[in-house]
Amino acid sequence: MKTLFRIVAVLVVIGLAALAAIIFVPVQRTEPTEKLAADWKAPEGLGKYDARMADCAACHTEPGGKPFAGGRTIESPMGDIYTPNITPDKETGIGTWSLADFRAALVDGVDDEGHHLYPAMPYENYRHMSETDIRAMYDYFMHDVEPVKNEVAQTKLPFPFNQRWGIRLWNWVTLGKPGFKPASEKIAGDEQLSRGAYLVQVLGHCGSCHSPRNAVMAQDGSNETDAKFLTGGAIGGWSAPDLRGPKSAPQQWSADELKMYLTAGRNAHSAVAGEMKLAVEESLQYMSEKDADAMVAYLRAIGTDGPAPAEAPAKRDQNPAGTVARIDAADDATTVKLKKAVDLTEGERLYIDNCGACHFADGRGAPEVFPSLPGNAAVVAKETGGLIHTILYGAEMPSTSKRPMKLRMPGFAPRLSDDDVAKLATFLRGAWGNEAGPVTAAEVAKERKTPTEASH
Amino acid sequence: MARQDPKKDVVVIGLGWTGSIMSMELAQEGLEVLALERGDDRNTVPDFQYPNIIDELKYGIRYELMQKPRKSTLTIRHGLDDTALPYRHLGSFLPGDGVGGAGAHWNGQNWRPQEPEYRLRSYVEETFGADIIPEGMTIQDWGVTYEELEPYFDQFEKVAGISGKAGNLNGEIIEGGNPFEAPRSSEYPMPPLPHTYDADLFSKAAKAKGLHPFPRPSANASEAYTNPYGMQLGPCNFCGFCERFGCLNYSKSSPQVCILDALKRKPNFSYKTNSEVLKIEKADDGKTVTGVTYFDEKANEEVFQPADLVLLCAYSLHNVHLLLLSGIGQPYDPATGEGVVGKNYAYQMTGGTRLYFKDKQFNPFIGTGSNGISIDDYSISQIDFAKEGFIGGSYITAGQTNGRPIQSMPLPPGTPKWGKAWKEAAGEWYGRSMAIGSHGSNMSYRDCYLDLDPTYTDRHGRPLMRMTFNWKQNDIRMTQFMKARIEEIAQSMNPDMIASGYKKEGSQYDVRPYQSTHNVGGAIMGAERKTSVLNKYLQHWDCHNLFVMGASAYPQNIQYNPTGALGGLAYWSAAAIRKDYLANPRPLV
Repeated sequence: MKTLFRIVAVLVVIGLAALAAIIFVPVQRTEPTEKLAADWKAPEGLGKYDARMADCAACHTEPGGKPFAGGRTIESPMGDIYTPNITPDKETGIGTWSLADFRAALVDGVDDEGHHLYPAMPYENYRHMSETDIRAMYDYFMHDVEPVKNEVAQTKLPFPFNQRWGIRLWNWVTLGKPGFKPASEKIAGDEQLSRGAYLVQVLGHCGSCHSPRNAVMAQDGSNETDAKFLTGGAIGGWSAPDLRGPKSAPQQWSADELKMYLTAGRNAHSAVAGEMKLAVEESLQYMSEKDADAMVAYLRAIGTDGPAPAEAPAKRDQNPAGTVARIDAADDATTVKLKKAVDLTEGERLYIDNCGACHFADGRGAPEVFPSLPGNAAVVAKETGGLIHTILYGAEMPSTSKRPMKLRMPGFAPRLSDDDVAKLATFLRGAWGNEAGPVTAAEVAKERKTPTEASH
Repeated sequence: MARQDPKKDVVVIGLGWTGSIMSMELAQEGLEVLALERGDDRNTVPDFQYPNIIDELKYGIRYELMQKPRKSTLTIRHGLDDTALPYRHLGSFLPGDGVGGAGAHWNGQNWRPQEPEYRLRSYVEETFGADIIPEGMTIQDWGVTYEELEPYFDQFEKVAGISGKAGNLNGEIIEGGNPFEAPRSSEYPMPPLPHTYDADLFSKAAKAKGLHPFPRPSANASEAYTNPYGMQLGPCNFCGFCERFGCLNYSKSSPQVCILDALKRKPNFSYKTNSEVLKIEKADDGKTVTGVTYFDEKANEEVFQPADLVLLCAYSLHNVHLLLLSGIGQPYDPATGEGVVGKNYAYQMTGGTRLYFKDKQFNPFIGTGSNGISIDDYSISQIDFAKEGFIGGSYITAGQTNGRPIQSMPLPPGTPKWGKAWKEAAGEWYGRSMAIGSHGSNMSYRDCYLDLDPTYTDRHGRPLMRMTFNWKQNDIRMTQFMKARIEEIAQSMNPDMIASGYKKEGSQYDVRPYQSTHNVGGAIMGAERKTSVLNKYLQHWDCHNLFVMGASAYPQNIQYNPTGALGGLAYWSAAAIRKDYLANPRPLV
């Protein structure tokens, strides 16, 4: 009995000591993965380009605020997180940070004083950034970004999430080896695919939305060898679609159309909305042609059932006689019924009265202007928030250099009741071959209460 | 004391079609461009969004998108001995207001003039002899040729995204297009829109008479389109809310849909709304302008905006008004025929015949602004002026634009305007009629002109502009000729009855019923300084850093809607500024 007590006591003491160590022993910072010459200088423009590819602005610039001055609210399942000011202001920004401090934030997820950052900061991905990119970005933030004095509200999460030392345990479980190496031979052996993998996995941190989360809320999978990597996630009630399954966009669309979607915010089939709109607006539209091709090539190479077919299953709509001719010729069951307009359900009628003007009876809209609804990821998504939100509050395509127009779908919140929207959304999710479940008025009521900035 | 703002390279007056085009073209040169728009800002969403814009009473009858006469109007009289009175309620023509200007609320009928129209006086003299030109008719050549303008028509049509079918491709006549059009260097950017039943009946009847029907060129898109600026149009759905409305569907070409979002991305471009230009300021030596003075409504003060280059891009009537108010160029005097500013104001001669069929249903609510089938067999290039006794021509079209209940309830002649009999007739006849319309030229005359009104002033204390205008025999003969041609076609279609409306002998200009917002002339272009305000590049003869866009440059009115022609002229002028003027600012002629 006594022995057992002793053993327990010793274990408790060891446990407490370990806990104390976890809390109080400073985090060991990761060394640079590559030695650069002391007088190494980043090529002109690289830091700015990298900061854009890493999409720092999406979180660190408040809507309507000064670039990188922070203060944007990130809604996390644990509570609201306010993003810090990362301008080189010495008092309220990161003006006093050394290169090592900056690297530690990106690679180890700790600030200049060794406090753990919340993993809303995707250091899980940035950890694999090359030393040249880290150095280039550091130079850019220290020298080219305008310092802005902006004191940002402290993030105050409820217990236990306010105990930042817990993140240390999470990091142990979650973080991979720093630096970047393609995970599979197929990728490693191809320069373009390697670059694509780096852009997708590291700088672009696509996985932080498009991969599911595992039991400890970490990104499930960090590269193409992980089964669940980029197979779809959820963010703020919207689905971030699967990018690898047979019905996913990279598998269905041609390389050109995927590239248009990423860089212009719209293509022959669909248009960006929600968080992806920000990603295109702040980041992806600035991708070089070469990088865009690399990202597209990688995404098309990593399908769960193999690489995307050379001949894309989804075709761009070409109408030698104009769009009306296409609709006249359509013969699928939904279109035929809508065109006949006899014995329509309420959902069908709501569609004709509110949506048909642009999306047409065949639901296919018009390339790059009115998104096509059959098979549309937002329409058939598991999470219905995106679809409901778009019907209620509309959606605006971002202005990009390839397609500068802020094409905007108006919102129907003032015109349609919760029940109307539910019937309409349910119709859309079952029309033209779509096979997704119904939407309830209660789901609409919930979404109606949260008009987010995507609606502005 | 006016506030003075920092100097700009270019100030643009008015942000409609030509203001947007010129802003874009010069912003591409890297110049600092500021556009001043007197009206409100407007965007497709929310200003034209579905379903709010589908409000005929608000927009169609109460003119929500038009200029408000209490803020801006003019006075009108028939002849030199009459006293002009203010145009207090919009009727005959509807100038627009706000960003996009009339380009937001037009129908989208987009044409190129014919070759002879650009050298009308020479064409008439060479072909028929100078003696057929009636006393008092002051038609002139434009000083520019169709051939010179062709690449710029092409450019405008690609920016605006026009649907149509070429009839003359580099001299080769193409089946199905307009065989009488001037040669085009390329096919239209989009295929023609499909047309409605009325147009189909007309097309068959015209063909049976040996005429040459073709789809009316249209700024209503037939499919998805991306223009050279990366801007986009979506296919038209024939909702029937074009003219007087903004397009809810991104389908009707407008500055909003075709230019503005691309322009707004340029850091060297900015614009201010609710900023009405009061005066263009002349330099002391009178050879240049120094900028503009405008009224900033938000600050409630006058502002002097200096600029190296001033582009006058307001509505044609306002262009002339501003030149008169600014004392730039010699005002025209009808007594002597001397002076140029205000000279050769002209309008549009239109007419139509309605065909009633008891047994046909036209579903008129299916329509779009530029729907239809046209013929050009009676156009300026096809008529023997000496034989017919008039100078001019028309294009003729059938194609319903809308079936809106207030404006589009044509009932047989003699039907009471209200009450039980009206209701019964509406029930019986709604949708059972179609129209064939004539859209024709209007010549310029010595006593049809614009000047400053001696009596009335606007809210800024400036004299209103005065329009002196009436119909003339030449143009009435022209429209009566069209009436006869149209009625022949109409009768061949076997309607139960027809009703015609054309100007006839003795018709006076009536400002009340809507006729056309195609007011042209007053700041005309030409080959000679003595007889025109602008040279062939739309550059002011006196002040070389002032360019004046728009239909005010037309020396007489063309037989077509004016937008295509002024779009082409704007790109022509922009090219001259970019390629020639900027490097060495001077009179280009």
